[in-house]
Amino acid sequence: MYHSVVWDEPLLKELEEIKKEKYILMSVLPESLQRKTIIDIPDLDETQVMRHFFHLSQMNYGIESGFYPLGSCTMKYNPKICEEISRWEQFALLNPYQDESTTQGTLRMMYELEQMLCEITGMDHFTLQPAAGAQGEFTGLLIARAYHESNKDAARDEVILPDTSHGTNPASAAMAGYKVIEIPSTKEGTVDLEMLKKALSDKTACFMLTNPNTLGIFESEIIEVARLVHEAGALLYYDGANMNAIMGKARPGDMGFDIVHLNLHKTFSTPHGGGGPGSGPVGVKQKLERFLPVPWIVKKQDTYCFDYAHPDSIGKIKSTYGNVSVALKAYIYILLMGGNGLKEASEIAVLNANYMKKKLVDSKLYQLPYRELRKHEFVLSCEHLLSTKGIRALDVGKRLLDYGLHPPTVYFPHIVKEAMMIEPTESESKKTLDIYIDTLLKIAQEDPSLVKSAPQNTVVQRIDEIGAVKNPILTWKNLDKTKE
Amino acid sequence: MVTLEAVTMQFIPNSPLKKTMLSELKMHDIDDLFSDIPGEIKVKNLQLPEARSQQEVEDHMRRLSSQNKSFCEMPSFIGGGFKPHYIPAAVKSIVSRSEFYTAYTPYQPETSQGFLQAIFEYQSMIAELTGMEISNASLYDGATALGEAALMCSRISKKKTFVIPENISWEKKSILRNYTKGAGIQVKEVAYDPKTGRVGLGELKKTINADTAGFYLENPNFFGVFEDAVEEIHSILQKNEVLFVVGVDPISLGICKSPGQYGADIVIGEGKCLGNPLDFGGSSLGFFACKNEFSRQIPGRIIGLTKDQQGKRAFCMTMQTREQHIRREKATSNICTNEGLCMLAAVTYLSWLGGKGLHELGALNFEKAQKLAKKISSIPGFSLMFSGVHFNEFVIRCPDAVKVHNHLLQNDIQGGLLLQQWYPKLADCMLFGITELHSDESIDRLVSLLREVH
Repeated sequence: MYHSVVWDEPLLKELEEIKKEKYILMSVLPESLQRKTIIDIPDLDETQVMRHFFHLSQMNYGIESGFYPLGSCTMKYNPKICEEISRWEQFALLNPYQDESTTQGTLRMMYELEQMLCEITGMDHFTLQPAAGAQGEFTGLLIARAYHESNKDAARDEVILPDTSHGTNPASAAMAGYKVIEIPSTKEGTVDLEMLKKALSDKTACFMLTNPNTLGIFESEIIEVARLVHEAGALLYYDGANMNAIMGKARPGDMGFDIVHLNLHKTFSTPHGGGGPGSGPVGVKQKLERFLPVPWIVKKQDTYCFDYAHPDSIGKIKSTYGNVSVALKAYIYILLMGGNGLKEASEIAVLNANYMKKKLVDSKLYQLPYRELRKHEFVLSCEHLLSTKGIRALDVGKRLLDYGLHPPTVYFPHIVKEAMMIEPTESESKKTLDIYIDTLLKIAQEDPSLVKSAPQNTVVQRIDEIGAVKNPILTWKNLDKTKE
Repeated sequence: MVTLEAVTMQFIPNSPLKKTMLSELKMHDIDDLFSDIPGEIKVKNLQLPEARSQQEVEDHMRRLSSQNKSFCEMPSFIGGGFKPHYIPAAVKSIVSRSEFYTAYTPYQPETSQGFLQAIFEYQSMIAELTGMEISNASLYDGATALGEAALMCSRISKKKTFVIPENISWEKKSILRNYTKGAGIQVKEVAYDPKTGRVGLGELKKTINADTAGFYLENPNFFGVFEDAVEEIHSILQKNEVLFVVGVDPISLGICKSPGQYGADIVIGEGKCLGNPLDFGGSSLGFFACKNEFSRQIPGRIIGLTKDQQGKRAFCMTMQTREQHIRREKATSNICTNEGLCMLAAVTYLSWLGGKGLHELGALNFEKAQKLAKKISSIPGFSLMFSGVHFNEFVIRCPDAVKVHNHLLQNDIQGGLLLQQWYPKLADCMLFGITELHSDESIDRLVSLLREVH
């Protein structure tokens, strides 16, 4: 049985401090800005700092800790070589504003990466500027807006999306100033063409779609979807979160998508960093190219340079040129894999998902709503477990932690009751998949009270999240106040 | 070039088991799994280079890297907000721990206590630095934090005008316009005083009125100059019930008052300088702190301290009803997570430095910049553009900025940022930046090279 390392690690503030010294005033500063006392951040020695954060690292689960089949997040192994090279000084110690003649290596990498992403997705031009998938969506929608405005068609103020979409889709649409129209999916779990037809109008700016969608189902009617959307004068947006399912098999550009964002931290194996830095490059078709953020990276003979001369550009979305080290890791990954390696990655990611799905569904302990054939992920329902044993998807997830396994994504997409969304990726062995399957089957047959009281073997047990909202303690100072 | 088998052995372990696993699915060919993709959009192969071995890729990257000149080979005195600072090995060691860097955002708190506690400590330190009551877990960068701050001011005040000073970077202005466009917020600019480089108070009074949602002040501003009229500015804003957003360089807070002490409602900034590499402008994080009364309107992730069912101290994501995964289009922002690893570097860096270390670092940056500015402005033809006291960046008017730039470059020194492209009024002006990292030797070289230009 798994047991997490458990430290009763105090807060930095509770560690023993080196004695504070008196503050020396900086008399040359303007009086109105002069600090009078030292900032209240503890003064510690390096041993204390290292032990503190080392202990914290031991109480955190990453890809190298074990299987991490978090659906929609593509938690694949992150090759070490990518990490190491990205830390070389010649890459890591470059100033974004230094002369272009002194950054040719990085500019070439960015230029070539853009080209490779164009080939993988079937788009005409990419920008690496967006910092994350959600920012990619926002960028794409600003491009859509600029396009309609340039066509004197600015009355288009609606974005349509299916009820299976990621939460960031409606949030990004709202931030770009659009009204959000959500359409229900069919019984098959795909876009309802009739609903789409009804929703489309001369008010529609864009239809946002993930393909395969968040149920892991490929939208087979995509060509008809694209036709309808374009006929209505709207644009078709591709949320690339699930690109790991179709590399080398199909390309959003060929399906009729006009705008694409990718998540380099998913499909292209760059680490998630506990939430960032990520990278959400955006690709567009020719007709939208002139609206892309500046600067473009262009090649003139054998020299690479930044090009700001695009008056129709939306401008900037993030300072400088994006999270470059993330782009660098993705570039290295693509070079390692090659075109056929990427295709193999998608094929095996899909094989692994369907293999797990079949074993779990055959057990009849978990159910699979909607169509059977899935791509790189699948969504099970724990409804049967809930009705027979009172065990919820959340409980199954927490119990997995006791076995040292990371739970799937739970309660998403919202259209599946008691949802568990499993995405194994291609970087896991059959043995690992079998262990996970067996553990899920075992949990379904365990004493419900055991499952519902899980986890027991982790750093902490179930957490009082309601208490955290009712009585927010968000800083050391808040904590001191509650002690008083 | 290597065989596909070599790649799949490394990263795709089930590749050799394809047949066995397919037969369990009662399938014969891998393409059976893709039968739901219409034939007319199927692709055969990607036109990409073939797989390469790790050694080959490393050789290729070595060649690419030799076409870059890092700070070590070419000292850079370029300002504009991105300057190198010393990164202690302890910080590099912590952010290299794969328990941290290969984790997802902490959706499962029981197995993410390490990251969650680190975020809680980061929030505590940012609150302390900025003089605010709460901080989020970080945003993409300082510039997008400004965009989010403007949106938040509008949500709080229900007003649709946001005012910025002219003396902030053109990139921030562009990003701000993109962030506020959808909400229908009008952005107005206040000119700077051409003598001091500070925000013109007369101009500010004329621009601010009761319809203004918020005003952004950068301190030090893009020209490196301290905005010292903070009390006057605060009172102008208060009279009109305008929210006060302040952007700061966190290193300057070692010697400067926290903006909370002069009336700020929201404090933001670029946190890259706290333990993160230059990374050509990437690896950034935007810190975002505010008064407690605005807690329901703050964008981004927030971590709280609570208990587990045994009564043990525990950390978890909190106030999530503001976030996109719960609220969808009604969320306060579309941001999904935070800049986890950059934030981890920041909190480790600040722990390593301590309050005293930050004070000393701030003082050192300040003093080195004063000395350098004095040296350069004493060279005939070179002068300080603005009279306002500056932190670790400053604007120099040169005889011929492009000529100066090229002369330095030929001698493997990167000079100041050429401002003319973005500020036509500042022809022949360079924005210099210096930190604790610049050696005396490189400073002497810079100064003697500048003397050679006529």
